[in-house]
Amino acid sequence: MNAVPSSTFFSAPPDWGWLIVLYFFFGGLAGGCYFFAVLIDLFGRPEDRPLARLGYYIAFPCLLISGFLLTIDLTRPERFWHMLIQSHTFLPMFKPWSPMSLGSWALLIFGLFSFLSFIGALVEDHHIKWSPGLKLRPPEGLGILVSIIGGLFGFYVAGYTGVLLAVTNRPIWSDTPLLGMLFVVSAASTSAALMILLARRSGWTMPGILALDRTGVAIEVLEFLVLVALMISLGPVARAWLNVWGLLLFFGVIVLGMLIPLALYWRRDWLGDRNVTTSAALILVGGFLLRLVIVFSAEGI
Amino acid sequence: MAEPMGFYTDTTVCIGCKACEVACKEWNQLPSTNGGVNTLSGDSYDNTRKLDGIHWRHVKFIEQFTEDRKDGRWLLMSDVCKHCVNAPCLEVCPTGAIVRTEFDTVVIQSDACNGCRDCISACPFGVIDMNPASGLAQKCTLCYDRLQVGMEPACSKACPTDSIQFGTIKDLRVRAEQRVAKLHETGEKRAYLYGADEKMLGGLNSFYLLVDKPEVYGLPPDPKMPTRNLASASWFSVLGAVLVGLMGIINFRNRGARAEREEERS
Repeated sequence: MNAVPSSTFFSAPPDWGWLIVLYFFFGGLAGGCYFFAVLIDLFGRPEDRPLARLGYYIAFPCLLISGFLLTIDLTRPERFWHMLIQSHTFLPMFKPWSPMSLGSWALLIFGLFSFLSFIGALVEDHHIKWSPGLKLRPPEGLGILVSIIGGLFGFYVAGYTGVLLAVTNRPIWSDTPLLGMLFVVSAASTSAALMILLARRSGWTMPGILALDRTGVAIEVLEFLVLVALMISLGPVARAWLNVWGLLLFFGVIVLGMLIPLALYWRRDWLGDRNVTTSAALILVGGFLLRLVIVFSAEGI
Repeated sequence: MAEPMGFYTDTTVCIGCKACEVACKEWNQLPSTNGGVNTLSGDSYDNTRKLDGIHWRHVKFIEQFTEDRKDGRWLLMSDVCKHCVNAPCLEVCPTGAIVRTEFDTVVIQSDACNGCRDCISACPFGVIDMNPASGLAQKCTLCYDRLQVGMEPACSKACPTDSIQFGTIKDLRVRAEQRVAKLHETGEKRAYLYGADEKMLGGLNSFYLLVDKPEVYGLPPDPKMPTRNLASASWFSVLGAVLVGLMGIINFRNRGARAEREEERS
């Protein structure tokens, strides 16, 4: 092997495949939807509260799916607890400089907070009759505390996966410091898209949806800029995308998942009523393809 | 702690006999075939191709021939885990399964590993891989079990030309430097040591004498620690989160006025 663009090209692929791609996608949705739910709770109007509850309803199940995917991706799933407890001493296993170690704890803590918010939302929607549960919802003090701490951990869960990839020695992943930022921003854009899609499907018309839509568009522009910056930061390593993965990145992620949704936002009359939902669906597809390309393009080297 | 121990591999005297590979497999009871499949690579005399979960030693056959094959040379190198002083695999392992021993070597504890494979992506040399039989990440232990009872590792013991030498790192470095000086004297000016000093990952406890660029041997010219990106990647992620948060707050705070304007427009 001669004249490689980076010393990272001598490492071996860890065989992180579909389960990890799906985890990155669902983990991002869990963190992002929780964040928007908190934002609506804290800054929205009373009529937007169903939208906030929708965010909590998405976040917790997505987090459960994430935990399941991560566990079955281990070659020894029955030892998943080794991430949290030292198997020899039964003391806590905590390595703050290892994103996977810190991420395992963040998933656990975010799981707890997203569960509390999930219960609060169920109580507020009268699906569960347990009046103390209303204290878990803002504007109650406990509710605000749960939301803010949960929101911070949600962001962590959405973004640490990109940092985890950067803290390796694999080509592409460790050749740029921008993957975590890209994953955070993409988690937000896909989450806004999913919430809009489900809210529209339910026939909701509260003004919070418009605010979510505008936020989503602004984030989409940011995501595009971060992706371009990431490609530039890769330097000669970006040549690793001169293949089918590069084509998928360009047509699937950039054109289909970013540029067309942005065009649909500026030209509201193109698809009429279906403009917003089509745009949201494309953003979701683009967000999934982004993770697919990032994971598999480096796995193939 | 015992004195740091390791390997010094002089690639100029390797004859490609693969005695080290066989001795390693015999002592560590590693399968000769991968799940019963015995494939021929068609790649020179190399049929095991790389280091992985069932090949903890691997002899590389590098053919350097002119197109007409009238002139050329073989480069032979017995590759193994480098037992880095600052070990990337140990650094990222989230379960604490990878440990540093009293001999300053790096060992994966099979009973603690859960197969997350983070160490595989962290190793800059592509040393670690899964053992299909155990479902665990595995690599050379520098024969930790033999070292504990005062024995030499199986591979260096079996090496018929002393291409693989075992000993204290201090002694090995002296021997290696003398060998480089001798080769320079005899006209082989290309000889140099790879990983013998602290500049590379704090020092490789398995280092090499090479006569060509590291890339030619499939070695990274500039291996780095995975955490080199930790701070920058984390701060950029925080920046992303702050920007997303601000965008959300601005849009939701202005929602009332702008929503009315949108409604008027529509």
